[in-house]
Amino acid sequence: MDLAIIDGRLIDPATGLDRRGGLFVRDGRIAAVGEAPAGFAPAATLDARGLVVAPGFVDLSARLREPGLEYKATLESELRAAVAGGVTSLACPPDTDPPLDEPGLVQMLRHRARLLNQAHVYPVGALTQRLAGEALTEMGELADAGCVAFSNADHPLADTQVLLRALQYAQTFGHRVWLRPQDAHLARGGVAHEGVVATRLGLPTVPAIAETVALSTIFALARETGSRVHVARLSSAGGVAMLRAAKAEGLRVTADVGVHHLHLCDVDIGWFDPQARFVPPLRGTRDREALRAALADGTIDAVCSDHAPVDDDAKLLPFAEAEPGATGLELLLPLTLQWARDAGLPLLAALDRITRRPADLLGVDAGTLRVGGPADVCVFDPDEPWRVLPPELSSQGKNSPFAGLEVVGRARWTIVGGHVVHAARR
Amino acid sequence: MTARAATAPPPPPGARPRHPQLNAEGKLTHLLTLEGLPAEAIEGILDAAEPFVSIGEREVKKVPLLRGKTIFNLFFESSTRTRTTFEIAAKRLSADVVNLNIGVSSTSKGETLLDTIDNLCAMNADVFVVRHGQSGAPHLIARHLVATGRHHVHVINAGDGRHAHPSQGLLDLYTIRHYKRDFRALSVVIVGDVLHSRVARSLIHGLTTLGAPDVRVVGPATLLPPFVESLGVRPFHDMRAGLDGCDVVVMLRLQSERMRGALLPSSGEYFKHYGLTAEKLARAKPDAIVMHPGPMNRGVEIDSPVADGERSVILPQVTFGIAVRMAVMSTIAGN
Repeated sequence: MDLAIIDGRLIDPATGLDRRGGLFVRDGRIAAVGEAPAGFAPAATLDARGLVVAPGFVDLSARLREPGLEYKATLESELRAAVAGGVTSLACPPDTDPPLDEPGLVQMLRHRARLLNQAHVYPVGALTQRLAGEALTEMGELADAGCVAFSNADHPLADTQVLLRALQYAQTFGHRVWLRPQDAHLARGGVAHEGVVATRLGLPTVPAIAETVALSTIFALARETGSRVHVARLSSAGGVAMLRAAKAEGLRVTADVGVHHLHLCDVDIGWFDPQARFVPPLRGTRDREALRAALADGTIDAVCSDHAPVDDDAKLLPFAEAEPGATGLELLLPLTLQWARDAGLPLLAALDRITRRPADLLGVDAGTLRVGGPADVCVFDPDEPWRVLPPELSSQGKNSPFAGLEVVGRARWTIVGGHVVHAARR
Repeated sequence: MTARAATAPPPPPGARPRHPQLNAEGKLTHLLTLEGLPAEAIEGILDAAEPFVSIGEREVKKVPLLRGKTIFNLFFESSTRTRTTFEIAAKRLSADVVNLNIGVSSTSKGETLLDTIDNLCAMNADVFVVRHGQSGAPHLIARHLVATGRHHVHVINAGDGRHAHPSQGLLDLYTIRHYKRDFRALSVVIVGDVLHSRVARSLIHGLTTLGAPDVRVVGPATLLPPFVESLGVRPFHDMRAGLDGCDVVVMLRLQSERMRGALLPSSGEYFKHYGLTAEKLARAKPDAIVMHPGPMNRGVEIDSPVADGERSVILPQVTFGIAVRMAVMSTIAGN
């Protein structure tokens, strides 16, 4: 089916494109950008006047909770949430039940996702069996089954020998390794940033040195092995400084940050609000400002939703017992736009962090409006204010520290493979 | 601007409460922490406690202030002493008291904390006295009561994790006021495991609110919280320097499990550095008082001659504790 999206503001960070015009889709691929090809007779036309036409967003971390955790969320609900948020490609971490450490599980997940025909799902395989940090998984088999990278999710490897071997083995075959920089011992039992707030509230802490000590280990191993390493969910100013130095030194390291950590800090815990419980924990204002600046200057490569649908029961517990995380897929766009507005960055730069850069990190053909590329597109209103009302979110996870607050920027249409998979109710 | 944004309803009630201890009229309706309470509210409870001290000395130790009210002592962490003093206080106010020692086993039975609260509310509870191992558990209960519209049910925090033990803080303040009268000229020293101590946090908030100009904490770096200065206190590692010229010494209980980790090498070495002996106490003012929230570990944090000495006010603390808890319950839930 031929589709025309006309009169929009076309923005494509991968090509530096920012102009008015149309986007023309044929056979699931982008046929032309700007003017319609000769004789193009679309079956459907979307009027994008006043709207931005951008590549569909690429999210480096969205938990879909399948297999095994369907009481929290399902592929149906979360992929609907993805396209409602303009996300057309996402990577899902391996911390499911069982974890993604078997090719069969990965194949089943991808098969289920394909049948739903919504966002593209790129599983991240487990780096170690059962995420136990002891024995390596069959990375080759898992990659053949569709894993685009390997990580131990939020279970950092305590054993540095295992970590070294994981990096060496992955490098042998060119597999991507993503690591959460957190020292398992220093973080033991902690639930909040070590700072004034945790001291007041008497909460056990995950100190910032849990991140910097882990980063020094990761960077030393990357230096030793020459491995390419991606650092997931950076959280501290100290970590940002180390990342900057590692990049200046020429290490092949990249990093991302969760979108909530650009806006919130430990003070937002208030009186033990479980909606502000995250892994890594929300840190101090100095840390938050360092993360924002590092994303702006490119030290941090990408921002992700770190989507974690959590059922209400798991949040209605004392702070330390409450499950960490927040729903994020439908908030990635407005929270990224908010960061860019605050930082004085143009839309092109804002979208860069949720399109081209994460697509590069995943190594998938996505995140651009290149002619001939897949027609994965988000048409959004960058100025539309909307209130985050949990019952109206598509995600089964209704928990958000932004519940009840107004945000700006919302997807109008989301197109995957040339098909309109989401049209906002108006 | 879309029509939807313009007509969006306000955030759900209870999502972002104002000060969680106050009701819509600004009256104290729960006691969760001393942090943030106005000095007048604290002094009001201390004043209310004065007449209750003498009630304990009467033949008939009862007043009808809570007649007809049902108070649940909800102890998710075992405690004989605190539970008993709350029970006595409630009975002297003529309330009906139910003790529930829930322990850790209840969570393995599958009932959540808020399920327990809902069930007890269905039995027409008026006051929950809550002890819980997790910081913030009483706040969660208070927020739940507001969110479910049960504004007539009150929560008293009887100790949550490392966070707060406000009734203990109040009885400590009462004791200090009884012996020293004016907070505005006092040096108060708190010695021991401040990191894990809800008693220390509550007392610090109370003292700084009532204007004590010099509050010090003493302990090894492993047992003082990072950024403890942010609470308005001066940290010391040397106990003798910390005690120098002080008016009040508060010794904290050292939990035996602290010896099992890497926080301390042994109770003997702890006593050598931080145990209160007559020799160390000589650094304090001659009329300094010695306090301890109990139960004491003699020979670990305090030497017996000091604990039983003439400057010790540890037993009066217990007596005042009942009066202060009567004052708390009658202030919050009185007829």
